Amino acid sequence: MHDSGVIQKLPTGIPGFDHIGNGGLPQGRSTLVSGTAGSAKTVLAAQFLAAGIRSGENGVFVTFEESPDDLRRNMLSFGWDIREWENIGKWAFVDASPDPDQEMVVSGDYDLGALLARVEHAVKKVGAKRLAVDSIGAIFTQFTDSARVRRELFRITMALKGLDITSVITAERTQEYGDFARFGVEEFVADNVIILRNILQAEKRRRTLEILKFRGTSHRKGEYPFTVTSDEGVVVIPLSAIELGQHSSNTRITSGNEDLDRMCGGGFFRDSVILVSGATGTGKTLITTEFMAGGVARNERCLLFAFEESREQLFRNAAGWGIPFEEMEAEGNLKVISAYPETGSLEDHLISIKKEIEAFKPARVALDSLSALERVATDMGFREFLIALTSFVKHQEMAGLFTATTPSILGGSSVTESHIATMTDSIILLRYIELFGEMRRGITILKMRGSQHDKDIREFSIGESGIQIGTSFRGITGILAGTPQHRLPVVADGLSQTSPPQG
Amino acid sequence: MANYLLKLYVTGRTPRTEQTIATLRDLCKRELGGEYEIVVINVLEQPQLAEDEKILATPTLIKALPRPMRRVIGDLSDIEKVLLGLDLQPKQDQGVQAGSSEDA
Repeated sequence: MHDSGVIQKLPTGIPGFDHIGNGGLPQGRSTLVSGTAGSAKTVLAAQFLAAGIRSGENGVFVTFEESPDDLRRNMLSFGWDIREWENIGKWAFVDASPDPDQEMVVSGDYDLGALLARVEHAVKKVGAKRLAVDSIGAIFTQFTDSARVRRELFRITMALKGLDITSVITAERTQEYGDFARFGVEEFVADNVIILRNILQAEKRRRTLEILKFRGTSHRKGEYPFTVTSDEGVVVIPLSAIELGQHSSNTRITSGNEDLDRMCGGGFFRDSVILVSGATGTGKTLITTEFMAGGVARNERCLLFAFEESREQLFRNAAGWGIPFEEMEAEGNLKVISAYPETGSLEDHLISIKKEIEAFKPARVALDSLSALERVATDMGFREFLIALTSFVKHQEMAGLFTATTPSILGGSSVTESHIATMTDSIILLRYIELFGEMRRGITILKMRGSQHDKDIREFSIGESGIQIGTSFRGITGILAGTPQHRLPVVADGLSQTSPPQG
Repeated sequence: MANYLLKLYVTGRTPRTEQTIATLRDLCKRELGGEYEIVVINVLEQPQLAEDEKILATPTLIKALPRPMRRVIGDLSDIEKVLLGLDLQPKQDQGVQAGSSEDA
């Protein structure tokens, strides 16, 4: 025990966690991890040890609930070969799981001295730096005298402090908000409390992790979404922890369409996030396709995530506009990933998107469409996803183009749009405009951070060579509201003398 | 050859521990005649043995033989409970074979 005043942090190696823990878990201390059944407590506890072993710190797992055999089997699915670690002396179990065949009769006074002796023995045996206890509440079901068990647990955690070991102790709670733990007693066991939540919101599961307290040291506050992936275990998504430190470049890149480049004042910025919003069929996928093709033509690596259309559909459409996606992919500068939103939770998608980006290292990334992903998330979950995605893209110093589908054919805005609007650097609106009994298409640049741009609403058409942008709709108001009204040219001219056609 | 093998797991040799051992000896002498063997295991010295038997509490008394195994935790101060826990009938005045034939 060397408390030199300042509490050091132990980097846990759990993805994303160390970010919100401001470096990790308080070293040499116990942290209570509380959560309802199925909130991934056991996974987190085992992962804490597995990550430790990978960085050269051995661990002891005290199990009060599942048998070591069950744990070895269950954790193997995350790629953690506990049996092997036991064989080479990096992992030790202290098996305190209930034995259904053992009847136990109590006669007189007792303590949990044997348990403490076993824990100390295991820690010494493997030279453990990390300890996991799962789950502490289960011991109350083995012993009827709660007051005694409580006192003994307190004694054990005090003894742990003398072992110079960082421990994670899980405890079950019966509700998502309320008492930390079921027996209402475990709080005092630990100086530090983390809560795992698994909330059913609008028929969708949402997992979050919150650091409730780290005594005497700092941490990020609030609930952070996390997911459990098959190859990494718990992955925390540190949203607000993402700094807005990205530098923006003044380098312009082409949108893949000369007309659109002109409207944007010479193209998009290199490190920017562009949102293209429009009703179904207005040409969002085409803009995405051109954006990809424009990059490939300049020998940039381009990555496209498609959540609305299959690869075959996308390739066929692109070919229809004279863009050979298949060839581009074969040459290696383009990668198209198509997935159904329903194949995973939003957090799962975010993690796989990040992985793909990190692996492919594209200069351009496009996602078509965000609105498709909205289907599998709660409102709050979706907003967090957008924040995480945009800040990640900005950090990578690449151009990102996302599309959003507006629910109504004419005018209107979408949830996607209102969530993401403030985070994007540019917004391009595509709209259907009903004029003189005809459906026409309009395009406008709503915002373009740090640059002059064309403020007109221009008509565009989709032809064989892609999008052709024409002149602006003069003398018509109410386009964006979805209720265009034709005005007499004289009046219109009188009202606006700005915006010459050539912006 | 002893009919009974009793293992007592204790934490250190404290006065409380000695008291529990004495209680057990008395009880065995009274209830089991000469047909028993007592092994005292100090978990501080032999934690691996405690691990093997998954002992949590001390003192813990295990009746290893005859089968089935039975365990009793606590300082054995409640004799009735101990006898119940070990599947022993309280010995009548002369019933020498009382517990030995019970589960063998």
